[in-house]
Parts: sequence; C-alpha cells; structure tokens
Amino acid sequence: MQVNHRYFPHTKKDIEEMLTIIGKNKVEELFESIPKSKLLNEELDLPSSLNELDLYKKLEDIGNLNKRLVSFLGAGAYDNYTPSAVKAIASRQEFLTSYTPYQAEISQGTLQYIFEFQSLVCELTQMDASNASMYDGATATVEAIFMAVAHTKREKVLIANTINPNTLEVIKTYLKYKNIEIVLVESTNFLVSLDDLKQKLDSDIAAFVLQTPNFYGYLEDIDVKDLLEANKSLYIVNAPLCDLAVLKSPGEMKADIACGEAQSMGLSLSFGGPYLGYLACKNFLLRKLPGRIVGLTNDIEGRRAFVLTLQAREQHIKREKASSNICSNQSLMALQVLLYAMLMGKNGLVNYSYDSFNKAHYFYNELLKLDNFKKVTDNEFFKEFVVMYTGDIEKLNNELLNNNILGGLNLEKISNELKNQMLLCINYTKTKEEIDNFINIVRGIK
Amino acid sequence: MSEVRKDLKYLDTHEWVKLDGNIATIGISDYAQHSLGDIVYLELNQVGDKVSYKKSFAAIESVKAASDINSPVTGIVVEVNESLMDTPELINEDAYSAWLIKVEITDESSLSGLLNAEEYTTICK
Repeated sequence: MQVNHRYFPHTKKDIEEMLTIIGKNKVEELFESIPKSKLLNEELDLPSSLNELDLYKKLEDIGNLNKRLVSFLGAGAYDNYTPSAVKAIASRQEFLTSYTPYQAEISQGTLQYIFEFQSLVCELTQMDASNASMYDGATATVEAIFMAVAHTKREKVLIANTINPNTLEVIKTYLKYKNIEIVLVESTNFLVSLDDLKQKLDSDIAAFVLQTPNFYGYLEDIDVKDLLEANKSLYIVNAPLCDLAVLKSPGEMKADIACGEAQSMGLSLSFGGPYLGYLACKNFLLRKLPGRIVGLTNDIEGRRAFVLTLQAREQHIKREKASSNICSNQSLMALQVLLYAMLMGKNGLVNYSYDSFNKAHYFYNELLKLDNFKKVTDNEFFKEFVVMYTGDIEKLNNELLNNNILGGLNLEKISNELKNQMLLCINYTKTKEEIDNFINIVRGIK
Repeated sequence: MSEVRKDLKYLDTHEWVKLDGNIATIGISDYAQHSLGDIVYLELNQVGDKVSYKKSFAAIESVKAASDINSPVTGIVVEVNESLMDTPELINEDAYSAWLIKVEITDESSLSGLLNAEEYTTICK
C-alpha cells in the first residue's frame, strides 16, 4: 500500500493527507473491523508477470485443456450454429461499440434494428407488441408475471411444475421480495394436469404460467384460455423463440403474454451465455409491457422515424409507480438473433426445425432399439425427450465423456421420482454419424 | 386561472366530487388537468371495486407526468366512464364534465374532511 503503483492513482502523499484528515495512522487501521482470523497474513501467491508472447502461449496451453464435445444435452441451453455472416455483421463497430442510446432518436440505426427485432418476435409469437428484449428467458418470465400482477391487482400466480427448474428458481427469487405467492400446478406423465389447474384456480390468481415445449421436451397442448378468462386470470406462455417457426405459437394458444429464451437462434453457449429473453403481449397490456419499446412514426417533414415509445413514461415519469423499472435490454444479442433469423430466412428457420425434429426422432427410435433404454411416455416431443436407462446414468455419461460426447441430464438430480431417467436433446447441428456413434458407444457398455 | 366550481367538493390532491344522495361522482379538477398537460392515458378501476377516502383508485398519464387519482369518498364503484378510456383528452377539454367514476358511499364519516370551493381555491394559488 505504501508503494506508488502505476495503476493506483493515489500517491503516498495523497494517502498520508487522507489519513491525517480522518485521524488514522495506517491504511490497515481502516480494516480493523475485519476479524484478524479472517485476514490473509501473508503475501498473495501470484506468479510473476509475463510478456505478451509468453502469456499468449500459457493461455493457449490452458485453452488446450478444453475438450471439444459433441453435446446431447439441452435442458434450457441449446447447442446451435452461428453463421459467420451473423458475427461479421454484428461486430461492425456501429453495432458493437455503441452503448445504449441515451439520446435514443439520434441513433436511428440502433432503433431500427430493435424495431425489426420486435417485429420478428411478434411474427413468431403471433402477439401484438414486443419490447426490445430482456436479459434471458427466466427474467422475461418474471416480468411477464409482474405485468399480470399489475393488470389484475392480484398477488398469486399458478405455474405449471413442468417449467424449467432454473426458471422457477429465478421466479421465486424475484417474487419473494414482491410478496407474490407461487402455487405450482402438478403434472402427470410429464404434462401439466388440467384437473389440478382447475382445482387451484381461484379469484386470487393473477396468471397461469405454462412452458411449452416443457422442461422435459414435451408439447403442452392444452386449451385453457376460456377457463382462465372466466376467472379473469391472464395466460402466460413461455416458449423458445426458435421453435415457434414450426410449433403452435403463444398467439395461437390464445396467450395474453408470451415470453422465453431466444438463445438457440445463433447465440453461443460460452459460460452461460449471454442469453436473450423476449417478452411480448396483446395490445390491451401494452401499457404494462416493461423496458424499451421502439415505435415507427413520421417526423414533421413526413420522413420515416424510429422512436422510443411509452418507455419514457414507465421509467422516467412513473418511476416508483411503474410495474417494473427494468431499463436494460440485451441489444447486441437481440441484433444477433435478428441477423440469424434474417439470414436463415423463413424457409431456413422452418427447414432447420424439421431437421432437428427428424434427427431427434431418429435418435429416440435408435435408442429404444437398445436393450438398456426404455420408453417412459408416448408424449409428443420436438427435439428433447426423456428415456429410462436401466444402468447407471453417471457411468454412462462418464463413458460418453471419454468419447468426447456430452451426455444427457440425469433427471434424478431434479427429482427423486425420476430415478433412472435422463433428458436428451439433439438438433440440426448433429450429423447421422454423430448419432450413430453415440448409439454404438452405448451399445458397447455392459 | 383555473376554474373552481362552487357546487362541488374537493380533495387537496385535486379531485372533485359531486354528492347526489349517497352517490358520489368523481373527477379531477381543472387545476389538475392544467398542471398535467395533455392527458394521454387513463387507468380506471372497475364496477364493483371498493374505493377508500384519500386512497388511489386510478392512474392518469400525461405527456409530462403520471399521477395517482385518490377517492374523495369511501364506497363501491357503481359506474365507470368508459368513453374516457379511448379519449382521455376529454378531461383536458372540460374536467368537470369528464367524470371518471360514480361511487355508492358506504361510509359517510369522511365526508366532513372534504374541502369546499373556497378552501380549495386557496390551495390552487
């Protein structure tokens, strides 16, 4: 602390002056409230500095410890391919280096791509209005619940227990501090129970939250809109944006709010993201839609102009009265997802979805031909499914890992009732050879 | 100079109330609409909802502010001025004819707390 350091702005003289003013002799005295037993009474064991070349080589060596794995794991995080054009366009400095536009309307380019992202979300979800994006699918679901609570002035939500457990954890964390009660709706055979929903629906329920395809990969195809509407409760559907190219959209399910994850549209899986949430709603909830919303209008000379709309009211004027104070969005990630969709095109998104579907079903059928894999349900799935493995799942996954394959999720970690069951996922990124290789390795395990 | 109607009662938070038997018709004052500026959005409660004296029952947004609207009386909403939902600017045109809700008063004890036109005028200065 006494040595002048190139990165610390305070000189020895500065520090002495400050100590004199506050009446201390040594900097260490500032930390006297920390128990002595908790202090590190020795020098930090750090290696000495390296020059750039040596550092590069060292990091390369560390990097080479990574295994390149073929992933058959999903459960909310999906291996996918980012076309190089997406990265090339998104890394243009006009996009990459521009921080959030505080004088928003000056940044017409930024507002335009946000507007186009919103249009993409609306088209895929079949909803009326979308915001500029959220951090991830879990926080988007939380904001959807806040919207429903603010709209209905009720403080209880029903959530299908087939939702991703990580999403549920995030919801619990947020709702705890808003005194909003969560009631889980039970499921049978990996699908939410309509009977249990009917039983738990009462006049305190703000909304019912349903994820489809659900955490186990199965399509939750139930018609609950009339039931909820009669109870004046809102219907929130959480669905991966990418899958909506072919699956029934939240709009078609008559949801009031759609939310979910968009990671599988060209975003990587590096250390948990960054992920991207989306949030869209019917027009009657527009005033409750948090975050930024970009609108299209004409300026006084009649030229097309993109503007931030309603947002000023929510965050700058309503302040503590707003239903949410979230101001951020994942702009660069939203841009990448938009570029992915634009470059893939409508046909691309649909064709790759069918490819994922076909490969997942081929994989599923091949697995069931093996003696040690058993069917657990006949439910419809898209690219993710549950199977029973008669052996030890941990051993299986270790053997796969030795062959550079990332196996499925051992569902016993989620629930004791799901012993010997695993969740597997594959999509268009896998080849038939990779699938057959998986099958052959499993066949070889005694 | 904003208009203060002699035949109405007021809250210090700029709501007016017209008492007719046990039915109270509620709106915001001319002074309030002036202060808010162009009103663009109104969020009202529904028929059957309970309202309480000096407690918020609605929210109003203008181009420059968002405010709660408080109830001058305690009771149950019996009518809502639905036409304002699509045309909240009617409040700017005539704050005293653009009523928001009608309430059946269930507790008269708070009525004595209302301001008369003269008292309210001093607040608006």
